[in-house]
Amino acid sequence: MIPQDSFIIVAKIDPVQLDKLRSLLKTMTFADRTGMADPDNPLVRFRDFDEIHFARFVVLADNTLNDRAHYPQLPSREPFYLCFMVDCDGSADELLARMAQRPDGLRTIFGHCEEFGQTTDLLGWLRAHRVKPAASYVNWVGRSVGQVREEARLHDLLRAALSGIEKSEPQKILVRLRQSIMLPEPLKPAPPTPLSWRIRNVAHLLLPFVVALVCLALFPIITIVLLGVGSVLFVIALRWHEQTDPFVDQPYDANRVAELRGGEDHDVTNQYTAMGSIKPGRFRLWTEVAILYGINWVARHIFTRGSLARIGTIHFAHWVFLDQGRRAFFCSNYDGGHEAYMDDFINKAGFGLNLSFSSGIGYPTTDWLLARGAWLEQEFKRFQRRHQIPTDVWYKAYPGLTAHDLARNSRIRNGFEKAAMSDDEIRRWLAEI
Amino acid sequence: MTARETNMRREIDATDIQAIARTAFGSHKSARYVLLRVVQPSAARQWLRGLTPTSLAKMSLKELPPEISQIAFTAEGLRALGIKDTILQQFSPEFVDGIANNDNRSRRLGDTGANAPTNWRWGVGEKEAHILLMLFSTVEQIKALTDRMLDQALAAGLSKVDILSDSDMDNTEPFGFRDGISQPTFDWDRPRIPGTKADQDYTNLLALGELLLGYRNEYGLLTDRPLLAASEKNVDILPKDLTDHGDLGLNGSYLVYRQLAQDVAGFWRWVAGEAARSGITKEQQAESMVGRKLDGSPLPDLPVGRSIPGVDERYSGRNDFLFDTDPDGLSCPVGAHIRRANPRTGDVPGGRKGPLDSLLTILGLTTRRDRRPTSSTLPWRRNTTVWPFIRSEDDAVASARFHRILRRGREYGSKPDPDLGHDPAIPAPETGIHFLCLNANIARQFEFVQGAWIASAKFAALAGEQDPLLGNREPFPTNPIADPQPTDGFTRPGAPPHCRHASGLPQFVRVRGGAYFFLPGLAALRWIASD
Ligand code: HEM
Repeated sequence: MIPQDSFIIVAKIDPVQLDKLRSLLKTMTFADRTGMADPDNPLVRFRDFDEIHFARFVVLADNTLNDRAHYPQLPSREPFYLCFMVDCDGSADELLARMAQRPDGLRTIFGHCEEFGQTTDLLGWLRAHRVKPAASYVNWVGRSVGQVREEARLHDLLRAALSGIEKSEPQKILVRLRQSIMLPEPLKPAPPTPLSWRIRNVAHLLLPFVVALVCLALFPIITIVLLGVGSVLFVIALRWHEQTDPFVDQPYDANRVAELRGGEDHDVTNQYTAMGSIKPGRFRLWTEVAILYGINWVARHIFTRGSLARIGTIHFAHWVFLDQGRRAFFCSNYDGGHEAYMDDFINKAGFGLNLSFSSGIGYPTTDWLLARGAWLEQEFKRFQRRHQIPTDVWYKAYPGLTAHDLARNSRIRNGFEKAAMSDDEIRRWLAEI
Repeated sequence: MTARETNMRREIDATDIQAIARTAFGSHKSARYVLLRVVQPSAARQWLRGLTPTSLAKMSLKELPPEISQIAFTAEGLRALGIKDTILQQFSPEFVDGIANNDNRSRRLGDTGANAPTNWRWGVGEKEAHILLMLFSTVEQIKALTDRMLDQALAAGLSKVDILSDSDMDNTEPFGFRDGISQPTFDWDRPRIPGTKADQDYTNLLALGELLLGYRNEYGLLTDRPLLAASEKNVDILPKDLTDHGDLGLNGSYLVYRQLAQDVAGFWRWVAGEAARSGITKEQQAESMVGRKLDGSPLPDLPVGRSIPGVDERYSGRNDFLFDTDPDGLSCPVGAHIRRANPRTGDVPGGRKGPLDSLLTILGLTTRRDRRPTSSTLPWRRNTTVWPFIRSEDDAVASARFHRILRRGREYGSKPDPDLGHDPAIPAPETGIHFLCLNANIARQFEFVQGAWIASAKFAALAGEQDPLLGNREPFPTNPIADPQPTDGFTRPGAPPHCRHASGLPQFVRVRGGAYFFLPGLAALRWIASD
């Protein structure tokens, strides 16, 4: 299995270069398909990097700094950042190094950022500007781009071949199908999972339990008392915050939404980038840190097989802090239209939205951290659209395929490679083709 | 506003609601849809003041009034009548945008290719309607009514975009299927509290706020609508909301109108060919595409008699069925028209459960390996390789209660005899459906049904197929993003040899025009008409 990895580069944009940068990014996309990356664009030829699943360039331009009027302790201005995010197979750092071997395009782009000059060591600079997401989600851990592509091809071939095969016994159909398929190259078996990744993953899995056990073993009474008192204090503080956080109006800006929509529904998958300020004070920040740790943990160890809780339409997602926790941004790649994505999220996992975003300024009021919030449907929808920002350049390695397609194609491949199947298994397998 | 506050009941004022919200005027066999444009605002307002659309209160009479009119406005129409932008912007954004003025919307609704608004007969540019006047009467009287109403409108300086007529096909749509069977039931007496555990199962009973503005919706909230400050002119005409604002939306609804032309001969020609290829009758083929039999009864093997809130005895045997017994679409294909238009799903897959199972389900997990003992129609055991996760395909489409519409369409044109339509050289006269529906939230109801369910080639984890009746068959995504993929398939599952994936479906239905209208309450109409 090839584990997935990502790099997220965030760099301050030189304010005078902002407009120039935006127009430059536009040249990387198709003229009449707002934001859709041309895989062959000369600046970053995504097509040449077979391990990239998704990539995006986004100018992180906060639309909601005015909301800070409710919080005079926060600065009223923040820098603009350029974010370059890539989800890939194998080591993201190695990929970054390989991409930096074609320096011209990246130099041109990051030349619009502060502290980047003619002589800057590109790779070193990029590495220095990498930020670690607070939480990440991968739809199917271990499914590589190569696998996605060869399984999609297999499915196409099988579907075409099946229509030419006359109906008979399942076993006969299977034999015929296998004979009639001419793969341009044999299906590649999954390579062994890197040992280092396995060790790190198990360590990550066990860490919270180990810490808990050590605390309990060494200082049982202190730990229990602290936990008990801590929980009570937490709940009191939470309720106090929920009831006193200022209400921020979420006006609907038709022009903005129209601009965002322009970049949507060119493919079966869409991009989403949103950013905003976190409510000031240690309580909200630490709560957010803890929640994102939890989300990251379950995403990494439990929801690794096609869905995040009940949501089966997200390919990759990242939650990232900015400006020492004053702000945060969220990126995802999801199947279907925006409205459907939001409805799905509210109706299937509104509590998850509340958990992960309620520390944001202006988020619809929650009850006990889990209830209400996103279920204030229209207020929530205005909130998220207002915080959404256009994704300037967005690349997807397998246009036309949804997460459900990918899972189905893998099932088909498994059947194709299976030594023997019962009649029932074959029927089920054929039905999927 | 908390859910509890919005729970406060408001007496329903039947004299303020246009009757179409509750009845299709079925006993009036003839209808005209008069599309008008405002030229002189003040004359038009005066004309509006003279209109008397039939209210719901009239429906308690023994007999329908012989002449019925109902009225609705586009956003452009309200603007042309002199309504300020600040008020207009408080209507739903989709309504303000209009159905045909945004490329992204057209992409989502499937209005591309032959369906593109540039090909419409009405609905864009000079042909964008301002006002829709719906007239209902008997076949004998409709002409006189229409002429009279039109004369008055023209005299007030309005201009005519078009007059569209229906034709009585005896509750059968032009392809030959019985129509108008399944509708949501609205909670007019409002005992319903949405979002309880009961909604984990499918419900056909919906909060009134899914139909009319000013009442709580399925989230227990009031859908956004224009509320006028006391300083606005003539605000006293309007009823007050709880915050003492003039409630322009109260008792109103959004009306979606799409004129859909049907290629009846083409439909049956393709169906007959496909039926011959797969060895079934052409009726069976067509029925699998619609999801009902020609006479309107449910497809065989779908157990009827399920108890569903909001489906009463009158519909027993016709609408008291669900698809949960048929997860793989063996009885009714997953992609069939009625299964797309209303997948009949509750809030959680598998319906109501005990506390532990409920909790696990919320997290996308399940305790049971074989979660669907009811799927006995299946000749093989289900694929449960990713247990303990709920198969996300099974959960792809949930909570149908947020995505329902009230259909008010009528057929038009002359229906060709399906057996005669074999000669493609003779163009058949146009026929189809004036598709009208009502909803309180266009984005979450009509656009969701049309976009995410009907036009989507990836509905419920299917691939490469749109609604078998309505799809535009445009390949997607389009070049240059990728090699376009076909969307013209249709899968009729079943144990082989009955399982078939057909491809190359032609387009059977074309959009000829359309608009988003606001159907006001009658006080709101008086306010719109006031000087
Ligand atoms: C020419 C176009 C159309 C034809 C021929 C057609 C035909 C039918 C037929 C025969 C039925 C079954 C009868 C019934 O359950 O009442 C039906 C049901 C339905 N149709 Fe259509 N339809 C068309 C367009 C549309 C459109 C555009 C929509 C929505 C955007 C739609 C939504 C529905 C819904 C919601 C149902 C009821 C499903 C249920 O609750 O079971 N239809 N249609």
